[in-house]
Amino acid sequence: MANHAHAPRPLGGSTFTPFTLLLGVLAAIAGVILVYRFINGLGAVTNLNDGYPWGIWIAYDVVVGSAFACGGYSMALLVYIFNKGQYHPLVRPALLASLFGYTLAGVSVIFDLGRWWNFWHIFWPGYAQVNSVMFEVAVCISAYIVVMWIEFSPAFLEKWGMKDVKQKLNKLLFFFIALGVLLPSMHQSSLGSLLVIFGQQIHPLWQSGMLLPVTYLLTAILLGFAVVIFEATLSSTGFKRQLETDVLAPLAKVMYLTLAAYVVLRVAEVLIRGALGTAFAATWQAFWFWVEMACFIVPLVTLASENARRSASKLFVGAVLLMLGGMLLRINGFLVGYMTGEGWNYFPSFAELMVTVGIIAFEILAYIYIVRNYPVLPAAQPATR
Amino acid sequence: MDRRKFFKASLAGGAALATGAATCPAQARDNKPLPSEALGLLFDSTLCVGCKACVAACKEANGMPMEFSTKDQYWDTPLDISGKTLNVIKAYRDGKMEVKDREENGFAFIKKSCMHCVDPSCVSACPVSAMKKDPKTGVVTYDKDACIGCRYCVAACPFGVPRFTYDSATPQISKCQLCVHRHKDGKYAACAEVCPTGATLYGRVSVLREEARRRLAMKPGEMASFPRGHLRAAEEKVLQGAPQGKGAMQRAGWRVESDQSAYPNVAAKYLDHVYGEKEFGGTQMLMLSGVSFQKLGYPDLPPRSDAAASETIQHTLYGGLIAPIAVLGALTFIAKRNVKPEDEGGHHG
Amino acid sequence: MSETYIEETAEAAATVASRLRIDRREFMQFCAATATTLGLSSGAEAAIAKAVEKAKRPSVIWLHFQECTGCSESLLRAEHPTLEKLILDVISLDYHETLMAAAGHQAEAARKSAMKANKGKYILVVEGAIPTKQNGIYCKIGGHTAIDLLKECAADAAAVIAIGSCASWGGMPSTIPSIAGADSSPTGSSGVADVLGKPVVTIPGCPPNPYNFLATAVHFLTFGKLPDIDALGRPKFAYGRIIHEHCERRAHFDAGRFALEFGDEGHRKGYCLYKLGCKGPETYANCSTIGFGDVGESNWPVACGHPCIGCSEKGVGFTKPIHMTAQLKGMSPPASYPGVVEQQGKSSFASAAALAAIAGAAAGGAAMLAKNLGKQDEAQAPRKGE
Repeated sequence: MANHAHAPRPLGGSTFTPFTLLLGVLAAIAGVILVYRFINGLGAVTNLNDGYPWGIWIAYDVVVGSAFACGGYSMALLVYIFNKGQYHPLVRPALLASLFGYTLAGVSVIFDLGRWWNFWHIFWPGYAQVNSVMFEVAVCISAYIVVMWIEFSPAFLEKWGMKDVKQKLNKLLFFFIALGVLLPSMHQSSLGSLLVIFGQQIHPLWQSGMLLPVTYLLTAILLGFAVVIFEATLSSTGFKRQLETDVLAPLAKVMYLTLAAYVVLRVAEVLIRGALGTAFAATWQAFWFWVEMACFIVPLVTLASENARRSASKLFVGAVLLMLGGMLLRINGFLVGYMTGEGWNYFPSFAELMVTVGIIAFEILAYIYIVRNYPVLPAAQPATR
Repeated sequence: MDRRKFFKASLAGGAALATGAATCPAQARDNKPLPSEALGLLFDSTLCVGCKACVAACKEANGMPMEFSTKDQYWDTPLDISGKTLNVIKAYRDGKMEVKDREENGFAFIKKSCMHCVDPSCVSACPVSAMKKDPKTGVVTYDKDACIGCRYCVAACPFGVPRFTYDSATPQISKCQLCVHRHKDGKYAACAEVCPTGATLYGRVSVLREEARRRLAMKPGEMASFPRGHLRAAEEKVLQGAPQGKGAMQRAGWRVESDQSAYPNVAAKYLDHVYGEKEFGGTQMLMLSGVSFQKLGYPDLPPRSDAAASETIQHTLYGGLIAPIAVLGALTFIAKRNVKPEDEGGHHG
Repeated sequence: MSETYIEETAEAAATVASRLRIDRREFMQFCAATATTLGLSSGAEAAIAKAVEKAKRPSVIWLHFQECTGCSESLLRAEHPTLEKLILDVISLDYHETLMAAAGHQAEAARKSAMKANKGKYILVVEGAIPTKQNGIYCKIGGHTAIDLLKECAADAAAVIAIGSCASWGGMPSTIPSIAGADSSPTGSSGVADVLGKPVVTIPGCPPNPYNFLATAVHFLTFGKLPDIDALGRPKFAYGRIIHEHCERRAHFDAGRFALEFGDEGHRKGYCLYKLGCKGPETYANCSTIGFGDVGESNWPVACGHPCIGCSEKGVGFTKPIHMTAQLKGMSPPASYPGVVEQQGKSSFASAAALAAIAGAAAGGAAMLAKNLGKQDEAQAPRKGE
């Protein structure tokens, strides 16, 4: 495999298309809603209440959003720690998606914080409370965002022609890469640990106790692979480039093995805790549990063979299902399976939903802008050979 | 890369993780112990007559605004504790509501306010030490100047106690703090002070636990005497009134006695259960009732606190930062070998 | 109300007014006050006016046993109309030891003749408890024991009304002394119903509010029957509710503002007297709504700063110490109280629809893409074989 063929290059092309315009409008709507939220309080925009103090802004934007942004983490783990160099072309685009995912997850925390002007207290020794899982998550995510910007900075430095800085950075890059693997391992597992203190308030199907950090970490890695495949497929279609099947198929195998490990763990864990019985009750929780499990088990079946993993369509569908499954695990844990007592209701308000949509739109918009103007995607032959 | 290298890397990583976990000093964290001079409340549902004097007094003592759940906004009608209400009396109703403190066709009143857990989830959850437990009195307090408004405490509390003012641009958490701001004037929790029947009783947890046991030993249907206001341990000094006044010497000296006259009443048929003695590592608000606590909206909680479980994980993984540093060392070592600066070209491939 | 009805009422009022030698206005006031006490609807005063006008004055025999005459005294102080007019003209008070001019054999004869003349029609009012120990020897009138007198007079009465707590349930004389082994009062004082062995109308109180008695009597005149009574024989219009429910100090109770000692700040400010032992919360009576002494409804013990002693309530008045706090009765939770579980939080249809639309669009897009990819797969498949 020739190295230079894969050296990242800006894609070029126009940033303004009907699609990007739509994304811009959605992001702008979210902006307006957020201005309103900061003037009038959370209650003016969201359906949050004391029974559901955390809504989709936490459950989706932060918990799921950061898990979807694990592409960079998973690829770094694979390439730099397990030394699978052949996946190197996938690292930079994955890292970019992660950068946006995490940065926006971090920013959306501010939207959700009631007393956001005190945010710095988390990093301040007199205030920081180290027993708190939230403290760990917040510090770790913030550190990771910084580390990722450093990891990604070669792309900007290249563009801006700052060769000296880039060279110096390159010599230290291994350390940031090590940090970039450690930090997500810490906070992705801790996002699961957040639920431990909720105790009985979490439905038994999702209250895995001491295993919560393990299931969340494992699915984060799994989601990382799925997202890389998903994004590679989308950008090959969207930017009319050749799909890198030769790279994706072996990656799919790694993903498949991770998936198998997760499904075994999850089923065993539900069985051993004796929670399976609740999955047969006529409840919404039981329904969404089966949907979630289906999202993991269907790819386990359809992607079993090497041939299936070489099929772009099967791989894409599998990746999408895994993303859905990982998302459901988190939404179920934080919202569907969160039962704080009878009488409480929550469904996101329209405005709340539009903010989430706007954040996603902004993320895609920024991704498109960056890959068109900065060296991110590997230079590859156009789809038509 | 070949299979061997892959396994080596895996092993190195695994070993690093394992050493990290093994060398970590933290043991499984137990429930925290009850502070030496823990203060609390004893709420006796069988004595509560539903007058809501405590609800009104709480609002006044804490300067909380009115809250309306009816169309006509005549008077304070909170449905539940909230950002504007720290304490409510709720009614349990069943069928014809004929007899008090009976589950079937009966009714009962129940107080809802902070339980002041011995090992509180909110304190463990708070990332910025806005929720604190006083080391001496055990009162769980809130500092809005420290708070970032993340509402992890709201979500974590098994009793659903910390509440949030969602309708404000500068919101804050609202919860009962046992009227600590009144303590310096020799006053105590307003809810206990005004309670006409002694259904809400203030005092040291050790004294209140004794009192709860005394009540459980009563014969149902017989006249009994119930202290009102502040039940003081024998060694506690008179905090209110003139210390040189009539009877002050007696009060300061030799027996457990309340600052207000006792309330004579017929002893009810209690459930043989002091809620909050064992639950969740114990709470400093104790409760007695004739109706099952679950029917009164209080969860059936295990004896271990969730804070203990959560902090066990955190301490195991991050205690002294030993594990993260060990893993980082291993990762750096591996990454140094595998990462080749891009400019020099030649990735593995 | 029809024109003729109003005319008839006016006529009736005029007749009575001339008969009682009071002015028409005063008479209508009496009727209205009585109707209000009874809790009757507007217009009832007209019916009362007509009844009082038409009825032959019913004969009333009033017996006194173990009592202080406080009930009669309080009745004498009723002003709508002044009672002497009522007892001389509205009813025919044929026997009342305090008020009648006759004495000795003359009095006895009056009672006997009234009973004979109005057999089955007269109203028997009993004031005072009846001693039952040693065959009732502790109270004799004209050589007859109270038990015998009561039974004799009750036999042919159209209605029996026990006025005051003593006649109703034994009252103060029935108090059991705090002597070891005592299980009843020294004389075995009992209420009328216990002695007769059948329920009677009771107007408990020490003394009872005169209007509760008047209203009961007038109800009998107007409608030919006694008002609705509860299990203890108390007219529901007067004793249907607990004093506490309509107490003017109730707001202080609800807000937790209590007088803790006589003369303390709370007491001077008019706070709730519950902690001083007020029995309002366990006593059924209308004291808090109609008051005493015809000087407005704020004239009654609690309004004066003294806790209610529960004088009308058996087991409370003269039984529980005055300082002892009451047990609240009939306090089942009002509808306005929050339940253990209340529905809170909202969810909106618009966002559910929007979410469904987004999910649908995403699923559709993914399916389209997968289909296209499938086509590419097929196109590439043969090439691989080459």
